Amino acid sequence: MRSMEAATREAVQLRKARIRWARVVVYALLVTFALFYLMPVYVLVVNGLKSFQEVSLSRMWVPPTTFSLDSFGKAFEKLQPNFLNSVRLVVPATFLSSFVGSLNGYILSKWRFWGADIAFPLLLFGMFIPYQSILIPLVQFLRWAGQYLPVQLYGTITGLVLVHVVYGIPITTLIFRNYYASVPTDLVEAARMDGAGFFGIYRHVILPLSAPAFVVVAIWQFTSIWNEFLFAVTITSNPAQQPITVALQNLAGSQIVEWNVQMAGALLAALPTLLVYILLGRYFLRGLLAGALRG
Amino acid sequence: MRRLPLDRLIAIALLAPSLLAVGIFVYGFIGWTAYVSLSNWNTFVPDLSFAGLTNYLALMRSFRFQADLRNTLVFTSTFLVTSLGIGFLLAVLLDQRVRGEAVFRNIFLFPMALSFIVTGVTWQWLLNPSTGVNLLLDQAGLGFLKSRWYTDPPIAIFSVVLAAVWQMSGFTMAMYLAGLRGVPDELLEAARVDGATEWQVYRHIILPLLHPVTLSAVIVLGHISLKIFDLVYAMTGSGPAFSTDVPGVFMFETTFRGNRFAEGAAISMIMLLLVAVLIIPYLWYSIRAGSAS
Repeated sequence: MRSMEAATREAVQLRKARIRWARVVVYALLVTFALFYLMPVYVLVVNGLKSFQEVSLSRMWVPPTTFSLDSFGKAFEKLQPNFLNSVRLVVPATFLSSFVGSLNGYILSKWRFWGADIAFPLLLFGMFIPYQSILIPLVQFLRWAGQYLPVQLYGTITGLVLVHVVYGIPITTLIFRNYYASVPTDLVEAARMDGAGFFGIYRHVILPLSAPAFVVVAIWQFTSIWNEFLFAVTITSNPAQQPITVALQNLAGSQIVEWNVQMAGALLAALPTLLVYILLGRYFLRGLLAGALRG
Repeated sequence: MRRLPLDRLIAIALLAPSLLAVGIFVYGFIGWTAYVSLSNWNTFVPDLSFAGLTNYLALMRSFRFQADLRNTLVFTSTFLVTSLGIGFLLAVLLDQRVRGEAVFRNIFLFPMALSFIVTGVTWQWLLNPSTGVNLLLDQAGLGFLKSRWYTDPPIAIFSVVLAAVWQMSGFTMAMYLAGLRGVPDELLEAARVDGATEWQVYRHIILPLLHPVTLSAVIVLGHISLKIFDLVYAMTGSGPAFSTDVPGVFMFETTFRGNRFAEGAAISMIMLLLVAVLIIPYLWYSIRAGSAS
């Protein structure tokens, strides 16, 4: 009897020890990966904060002895106009494409009509295409349309806003449509019985429920437009009109700009989207998954 | 009820501009690009005379484009396998009721919020053979692991894969974690009561249940990596002997730096074809599954 008890106790202890070891392995792996993901941030911050005397490639991993904002100052001086260009691009483009997506999502989810089943997949395909395959006609179109409009479209932020709103239609429509699909149709029917029309239903039933979808879409569009490079580099060739990603790429390609200024510049370009991620990470994740999962 | 037809008309009228815009800017423009790719427009001045498949044939014979296709294949497959593997591992680790789960999750996912340009500029310095990671390995006494990274043609493309995995593996982690949280606990308990080891539980119950997640991740990461441009352009460009060149970079330089529009259009049509082969069956399958349920 005693020996069996002892054996059980031993087995339990062995199991406990194994579980403890498993825990150690789990945390060790998590910490190792965390260090891997944080490594580039460490290098950006540490070298961005060094003074010009202290910067050297052989001391990349050594923290600064004195903090200096020289590199950030210099990067900011060079990138500030482009940073503002990106703001002037992202704010209207995000606003407009959220609105368009909401309207489309409402129509596609609550006003079924003939052809919607064919139109929707055709719309979706538009968000997967490599934009290289529309780039040549796009440039031709923007040059051509600018002649007949009071504003230039090729080479300007206005043109880029238009481009991002148009190519944002598929993803914004998809997110809103999936979200509105969860709004009970009974609610819409009831409003219709009460005499509400197309706009009445949108204004009084749909819109008040839309806040979470608007946040998700706005964050998605904000992040992807801020980070976008291909349209920006093709459509704006004048440095004064270029968004920050293009300016950063030029800065990094320049032989005369110190590498720590490039790093400070990279951090500067990353700051707005990082802030959004830190403050609204939950919605950011939802946007990511919305683009990937069928709702 | 009399007002219904009018409302329907408003709905169609408001949807029409979006459909028209996508119709023109996506499908019309693709059609125009296809037309340009069959023309002689390889100078600054547009020349749309018909050239047949000349541009495509020239591409197939070009050393650079052959390297591009090889690189795309190697990049996409390594990137996919590594991101899925790391993403799954991290998700499983985070699913073990660990302390500070939210902190770890945020650390793994934040690179997704960055631009490929930021990632490219940063990793270009980290993998610079004379400093960065090599320096760190030296100081840690692991000098034998040093590498010439993107300056060494046979392995150059893997340096770009490393940066891409750093940026995107958090995404697969998030997808798998969402999937894991959806697996019913009773199912796992039942298997454990029946004497299944943890390994068997993961291998025979959890992994099969996560197949839809894996499929979605392959579609999303796959189409991104088939058309990758910014990361390569910012980090390495074409690389030594086109060892990191991809169709996206070739298309951009040919078209907008070299004014060879027809050839650039042909490259972009092949890129579109690669992505379409991946995406169209997926869209087809999801739409059918969606309308059946």
